[in-house]
Amino acid sequence: MGNNWYMLTVVGKDKPGIVASISEVLFEAGCNFGEASMSRLGGNFTIMLMVQYEGEMQHLEEIVAPVAQQLNLHCHVHDIEAQLHAHREPDVRISVYGPDQTGIVAHITSVLAEAGLDIYDLESDVGGSDEKPVYIMHIEGHAINGVDALQHALDADKTEGIETHLEEIDTVIG
Amino acid sequence: MALLEVITIPDPRLKQESEPAEQFDASLRDFVNDLEETMRSSPGGVGIAAPQVARFQRIVIVDVSSKPKIKNHGRLVLINPEITEWQGMEKGREGCMSVPDYTGNVIRAKSIKLKACDEFGALHSYEFEAYEARAVQHEIDHLDGILFLDRLVSRRADLFQRKTYQEKPKSK
Repeated sequence: MGNNWYMLTVVGKDKPGIVASISEVLFEAGCNFGEASMSRLGGNFTIMLMVQYEGEMQHLEEIVAPVAQQLNLHCHVHDIEAQLHAHREPDVRISVYGPDQTGIVAHITSVLAEAGLDIYDLESDVGGSDEKPVYIMHIEGHAINGVDALQHALDADKTEGIETHLEEIDTVIG
Repeated sequence: MALLEVITIPDPRLKQESEPAEQFDASLRDFVNDLEETMRSSPGGVGIAAPQVARFQRIVIVDVSSKPKIKNHGRLVLINPEITEWQGMEKGREGCMSVPDYTGNVIRAKSIKLKACDEFGALHSYEFEAYEARAVQHEIDHLDGILFLDRLVSRRADLFQRKTYQEKPKSK
């Protein structure tokens, strides 16, 4: 296979069998899968999937269209420049939680970006209840100016009710 | 001294159990030197086990002294190692020379006690904790044909893990 990568995004109301149906038609059409992120967000199922396919982008869209229609999913194909085996190792993990309020992400990520955080991965969720929603976020990334710089920035930024926890990731290579 | 070839997944030999070493002779010590050189040639490598170079004997080397701010015993040659005590547990990130381009989270005992022979056959007792204990457990797993991939837990971090895994005396 060449280096012909596409990014397929899929969004739709969650129901059992989405992953199996989508991957089956792609497999039948000779696609190869790369890295992917799939999760249920707010009752929707979302997929971001690296697909290697020798044909045109339009053909790939046509391959998934029937199953997308049948399962009521929105699909989109992006032509991307990509390669495998290009992982970067995170050296820091930051957890944040607090009462859900608008602006938490913008605020915390701005503080961290200024202190030299390069985000590799971010997952967030809203827990709690309708009356008392709680925002929870995990970030992994690279501390460009060192982990201490990030810790100092978080220490200096005391936002009411927001708990942050920073941990160095020190990978054992054995 | 010579660099040895490191076998990588999906080589089925990585799942093989290794046999105890019995002859503590010059040929074993030559092998230990080669194994150490191979470990040191890998960027960031802090440990290696004999089966990673396709020698199925219970021999590992660990040296975490290159890491700053970490308690360590320096260069360790652990032959026929036997963990006698485990304490606590902790999640941490691991990678492996035999599993290129992937790292994952694994739960390990926070501290361990261990008996092992050195390359001259003398028996020693050790206590390891934290990062060094993790490296030792990772390498000993290789001797039983276990990779860190066999012990992966989700990358989705649980919040404030240090508070979650409080140190408690282990009841049996």
